[in-house]
Amino acid sequence: MLRGGVIMDVVNPEQARIAEDSGAVAVMALERVPSDIRRDGGVARMSDPQMIQEIQATVTIPVMAKARIGHFAEAQILQHLDVDYIDESEVLTPADEANHINKWDFTVPFVCGATNLGEALRRIGEGACLIRSKGEAGTGNVVEAVRHLRTINAQIRRLATADSAELFALAKDLQAPLPLVQEVAATGKLPVPLFCAGGISTPADAVLVMQLGAESVFVGSGIFKSDDPIRMATAIVEAVTHYQDPAVVARVSTGLGAAMKGFETSTLDIRLAERGW
Amino acid sequence: MKHVGVLALQGDVREHATTLRKLGVEVHEVRRPTDLNGIEGLVIPGGESTTISHLLVSSGLRDELKSAFADGLPVFGTCAGLIVLSASILDGRTDQWSFGVLDVTVKRNGYGRQTASFEAPVDVDGIGPVPGVFIRAPRITEVGAVETLASYDHGDGSHPVLIRQVQAWGCSFHPELTADVRVHELFVNSL
Repeated sequence: MLRGGVIMDVVNPEQARIAEDSGAVAVMALERVPSDIRRDGGVARMSDPQMIQEIQATVTIPVMAKARIGHFAEAQILQHLDVDYIDESEVLTPADEANHINKWDFTVPFVCGATNLGEALRRIGEGACLIRSKGEAGTGNVVEAVRHLRTINAQIRRLATADSAELFALAKDLQAPLPLVQEVAATGKLPVPLFCAGGISTPADAVLVMQLGAESVFVGSGIFKSDDPIRMATAIVEAVTHYQDPAVVARVSTGLGAAMKGFETSTLDIRLAERGW
Repeated sequence: MKHVGVLALQGDVREHATTLRKLGVEVHEVRRPTDLNGIEGLVIPGGESTTISHLLVSSGLRDELKSAFADGLPVFGTCAGLIVLSASILDGRTDQWSFGVLDVTVKRNGYGRQTASFEAPVDVDGIGPVPGVFIRAPRITEVGAVETLASYDHGDGSHPVLIRQVQAWGCSFHPELTADVRVHELFVNSL
């Protein structure tokens, strides 16, 4: 039950402990946070199982780990390690440029990224049980997260007001499975929880995306690339709980030190959000 | 109309609120001590118990709730909420505290990690089988002065899954995740 919480990227057991101490609902175990992947370049792969197991042994909260898009063999390894969720993630270098993992083949739940409703529904059709808007990981810039969340929610509202005859064409436009399009039209929401990721680096960023409809928040580089990770982690957790209460958000935002430096997204060489099909 | 609070720090807040509203209850989301004013009972939802415990302290609700429970405020904890209410926790963090209003020992993730989550019918005294959704569920391993309203055998011996001690209730599963409102109804009717 991850709703209303913060999932934090961690690269070692010490960071995992800090995340749990700060009130994270889960940790994402990975070898390098996205901003370091972006800086180092090269091929980014699944983490070493030893590191994942050390983190599992350290914390009592759920542990997630990332597999490359389409890399079902990495996912098989992660399932064998008994991770709590697999993130089929664009932050790693894709292994398949046409197909995502058939997630129905697994018992472990998958989380997948999406930039729009069609992408979200394709992932759900493949068996994802949690969607996160992608944002642009490792930038410390929330602009793409806002774009993707607003896009998904605007497209859901469009479906909810459509005539039943229009849903066939809308499904075609979205390139999404018709039954899922019809379900979203009937319920006015995704059939799975919608979380937000990619570029969230302050308590105010987290509040922004929660008020835009995110049900939980992933924070990657934003915590352990800030001046004071413990305070930043605690502050973002409190901000997510009290996202409708500016007095609390103001208090936890005070004197936090510098957030991660961040990038203007128009200057990026690689846009991770474009990975995934 | 009855007024029931749902602790809204983290977890299945919306699902509990929806179920309670189906029962004609006025729902109050509780995030700070003043939100406790006027409620006749409190639901503590499923979520992550370490996160909820952390936020209970930072929000100032822990001490308020301690005295409210001592004064007899009825409370119903599901999954993580059961952990937070229990007297003793196994496999938790060494520094994990709890309210101790339910005289039971619970083992965190006592039915296994996420991949071991399951659904099974649970036979509840007085209402019959209800759907039981167990997600990283705590297992009640020892009981003291509590009344057991339902037990379940997951192939390794029967364990209580719904318990009551005077005004405090707890269950291992997630009644808020199904359309069946009868478990909540038991609690609401007791208020």
